[in-house]
Amino acid sequence: MSTLISTEDREGRSLPVIRERGQREVFCGLTSIVWLHRKIQDAFFLVVGSRTCAHLIQSAAGVMIFAEPRFATAILEDRDLAGLADANDELDAVVDRLLSRRPDIKMLFLVGSCPSEVIKLDLAVAAKRLSKRFLPKVRVLNYSGSGIETTFTQGEDGCLAALVADTAASKTAKPSLLVVGALADIVEDQFGRLFKALGIDDVKFLPGRTAGTQPEIGPNTHYLLAQPFLRDTARALDELGAQRIDAPFPIGAEGTTEWLRAAANIWGVDEARFERAIELPRSRAEKSLVRYRETLQDKSIFFFPDSQLEVPLARFLSRELGMQLLEVGTPYLHQDLIEKELDFLADTATLSEGQDVDAQLDRCLEAQPDITVCGLGLANPLEAKGLVTKWSIELMFSPIQGFDQAGDAAELFARPLIRKRRLAV
Amino acid sequence: MKLTVWTYEGPPHVGAMRVATAMDDVHFVLHAPQGDTYADLLFTMIERRSERPPVAYTTFEARDLGGDTANVFKKTLNEAHDRFDPDLILVGASCTAELIQDDPGGLAKRIGLPVPVVPLELPSFSKKEHWGASETFYQIVRNLADRTVRRAKPVRGRPRCNILGPTALGFRHRDDVSEIAGLLSYLGVDLNIVAPLHASPADIKQIGHADFNVVLYPEIAETTARWLEKTFGQPYTKTIPIGVGATREFIQEVRELGNLLETEDLDQSNLPWWSNSVDSTYFTGKRVFIFGDATHAIAAARVATEEIGFEVVGLGCYNREFARDVRDAAKKYGVEALITDDYLEVEDAISKAQPELILGTQMERHIAKRLGVPCATIAAPVHVHDYPARYSPQMGFEGANVIFDTWIHPLLMGLEEHLLGMFREDFEFNDAAGPSHISGHAESPATVTELPTSVGWAPEAEAELRKVPFFVRGKARKNTEQFARERHLDTISLDTLYEAKAHYGR
Ligand code: SF4
Repeated sequence: MSTLISTEDREGRSLPVIRERGQREVFCGLTSIVWLHRKIQDAFFLVVGSRTCAHLIQSAAGVMIFAEPRFATAILEDRDLAGLADANDELDAVVDRLLSRRPDIKMLFLVGSCPSEVIKLDLAVAAKRLSKRFLPKVRVLNYSGSGIETTFTQGEDGCLAALVADTAASKTAKPSLLVVGALADIVEDQFGRLFKALGIDDVKFLPGRTAGTQPEIGPNTHYLLAQPFLRDTARALDELGAQRIDAPFPIGAEGTTEWLRAAANIWGVDEARFERAIELPRSRAEKSLVRYRETLQDKSIFFFPDSQLEVPLARFLSRELGMQLLEVGTPYLHQDLIEKELDFLADTATLSEGQDVDAQLDRCLEAQPDITVCGLGLANPLEAKGLVTKWSIELMFSPIQGFDQAGDAAELFARPLIRKRRLAV
Repeated sequence: MKLTVWTYEGPPHVGAMRVATAMDDVHFVLHAPQGDTYADLLFTMIERRSERPPVAYTTFEARDLGGDTANVFKKTLNEAHDRFDPDLILVGASCTAELIQDDPGGLAKRIGLPVPVVPLELPSFSKKEHWGASETFYQIVRNLADRTVRRAKPVRGRPRCNILGPTALGFRHRDDVSEIAGLLSYLGVDLNIVAPLHASPADIKQIGHADFNVVLYPEIAETTARWLEKTFGQPYTKTIPIGVGATREFIQEVRELGNLLETEDLDQSNLPWWSNSVDSTYFTGKRVFIFGDATHAIAAARVATEEIGFEVVGLGCYNREFARDVRDAAKKYGVEALITDDYLEVEDAISKAQPELILGTQMERHIAKRLGVPCATIAAPVHVHDYPARYSPQMGFEGANVIFDTWIHPLLMGLEEHLLGMFREDFEFNDAAGPSHISGHAESPATVTELPTSVGWAPEAEAELRKVPFFVRGKARKNTEQFARERHLDTISLDTLYEAKAHYGR
C-alpha cells in the first residue's frame, strides 16, 4: 500500500512524500543498546524478551565485539508463559544474579520487547519495585525497544525519555543549555568548547556519561536536539517545562553553524562574537569537504529508511557536497522536529515515510543511483546487482556531528565510490 | 526466565531460514515484527550471500494487534506468492507471532494457493535454531518426497546416495559438501541429491531415488534420515568424516552401505606425517578445552587426542538434544561433559580447566581473549572471518589438513617455546610477546590466568611461578595447588612448587 501525498514547507514550496505501509526492513529499538551501553558507562541494559531479541542485539552490530558487554537478555521461557513461574519473581531473580555479578552497575534499564508487551508484563511496575530494593546503589528504569512499537533509533528516544521522566526538576533560575542525544564523547567535548566560546557556560548533555552525572531539567532549561529521532524525549522535556530550541541538526558546516546559531540567539550572543567563535572551525569544516566534493558532486543518492538521520544527511549531501537526491526514505517524518531541515530540502527530493521494501527496491533499481544508503540486510544484495552502497548503521556508530567531523561524514559516503574506482576486479 | 549474555543458537525460525535460504525456488512467509528482519544480515553480512534470504516478513505493528494481524499475514502471503512465484512456500511464526496465535498454517490453507504450502510449528520459547532447521527440513521432505519411488538393489558398481544436512550459515558446509561429494565419486558412488543446500522442491521429490544417505550434520538431518530409512529403506551413515581416522571409517561405512569393492587405499592427508614429524612433539599433552555443537565437539576431541596428541581437559556442547553423545565421549577422556547454553557457565568452566588451547565457537573466542589463551574455531556460531574465501573444509582428508593448520597456528612452535621458557626475564621475550608468527599480539595473558585460590602462595614461590612460561603457568599453578591441598598445606613454598613439579612431571 502506498500513497503519494505532498507536504509544504513554510514558503509554500512542495515536497512530495510517499507514505508506505508494507514489509519494513528496519531493526527494532533494541538495537540502540549497542551504542547506549557504551555511552553511559555504568548503566546496564537488560532486555526482557525472547531468544530472538538476544540474537538481534548480538547480531545487529554485524559483529559480536564486546567481551563483557553491559547488556543481556532475560529470555522468557515456556514456564513463564504458561504461568508456571511468576514472571516478576523470575525477573527479580535475574536482576539479583546480574547485579551481584556486576557491582559496578549504578543504573539498570529494563527494556521491553514485543513478547514482554504482548504478554503484558508491566516493566514500569517492575522497575519501581526493583528501584525500591536497590536504591540508592542502583537506579532501575524502563522503556520499550519493541519492534511492534519502535524502529532502530527510537530505542534511544525511549531510553532518554525514561531518563528525563525520572529526573529531578531543576530549581535554578539561571538559564541552562541542554544538548540532547547520544554523541561521541569527542564531539561533546568540541561542542562544550564552542558553547563556552559563545559565552554559554552552563551546558549539559543528555545522556550524561555516568548514572551520577545526569543533568537536572526545569523551566529554565533550553534544549537543543542533536538527533532528529527524539520525539518522545522532546515531549518528556516539554512536560518538565523545558524549552526546545528549533534548529536544523549539527551535520555539516552549515547544519552545525545553524544549530549553534539557534542557541546563540536565545542567549543573545551578538553576531560578531558568534562569527569569531566559529570562524576557525567552520572554515576547517569547509576545507575538509573540498576533497570529497570532487568525488560526490553531481552523484545521485537514494536512501532506504533506517536511522531517521536520512533527512539531515540528505540536506548536508545536497547543499554542501552537490549531490543529487533521488528518494530520501525515513521510518518516520517528525515534521515538527525537522521543519528547519525540510526548508532546505524543498524541490530537491522525493521523501518517503514508512516502507514497503520490495516496492522500494524496484524504485531503487529503476533509478540506478550512484550510491544507495541502506541497512545491512540489503547492502550486499544491492552490490551484487551492481549498485554502490553505504550501510546506514555506520552513520550511527561514527562521530559525524560537528565542524571537525564534517569531513569524516563526507568521507563515509565517498569511500564506497573511491573503492569502486580503485578495484579492478 | 533465563539471564543470557550471548546465545549460541538463534530462535527456531532462524533455523527454518537457514533451510529456506539454502534451497532454490522456496519462499518463507514469516509472521514477525519488523525487528526480526535483522536475521537477513546473518546471511548477507556474516555469510556474505549476494541475495536476500527468500523470506517475506509480515512486520505487523502494535496497532495491528487485536484486529488485523491475520489480514497482514494473508496479504504478505499473497504478495510473496505473486512476486516471487516459488515452487514451495513455507509459513511460520516467530516468537511474538506465536503469542498472538494467528495460525499461519490455517490461514494459508484457507487461501489455497496453487503451490504446495508447508506450515511450520516453531515453538520459540522452548526450542532453538538447530531444532528449527531439523524440523523444517523434515517437514519439507515428508511433504514433498514422492513415496511411490522404489529403488532396485544397487546396480553393481555404482550405487546412489543423497548428502543430507548442509544449510546456509553452516560452519564450512559449502566446502564439506564438495570434499565429501568428491570422495564419494572416487569411491564409485553417484549422487542423487544434496539437500537442503541447493536443492529445489523438484529435487526433494526425487529423494527416494537413492540407495542410502550420507548424513553430514546430524543436528539438522538425523530426523529426516530416520524417516527416509523407514519410508524408503535407505540406511544412513553414522560416522562424521572429520579427521583422518574418522574419514577412513566413513569410507568403510560407505563401502558397506553401497556394497562396493575395496579399492586402492586412499591416503591423501598430510596430517599423519605432519603430526609424526618431530616438530610436532611440542603438541604432546597440550591441554585443550573443546566446546561447540555436539557433532563438531565430539569429532574435535577425537582428532585432538588421536591425531595431534593433545589432552582433552574439557568437552561440552550447547545443544542439549545431543547431550548423551557428548557425555559418552567425555567419559572416554575422563572429563565431565559440560552441557549448557549459558555462556557464563562455559566461561567459568574454561577458567577452571586452565587449558593451553581452546577449540570453540565465536563465543569461546571472547573467553579466550579475556584469558589470554590461544583459540581456534571448530563450530558455529562463527564470525564473518570464519567464512573464508579459500577452500577450507573440515571434513574428509583435505579437512584434516585444514584442521591441523588451523589449530596449530595460534600455538607457539618448537624451539621458540623453549627459548621463551629459559630466558623469562628477557625484556623482549615476555608474556605479551606471543608467538612470533602472529603479529600484533596485544593481549597481556599474564594478568588474567591468575585465579583466586584457597591455598596461599609464599612470595618467593609466587615469584618463581611467574618465571614459568605463561602457556604452561596455568597448569603449573593448578597442579601445585592441588598437590598442596591433597597434603593439607596452607602455604605453598618454593619447595612445594618443585615437589609438585616432580610429582606430576613436566
Ligand atoms: S522485533 Fe520484537 S521480538 Fe524481534 S527482536 Fe525486536 S523486540 Fe525482540
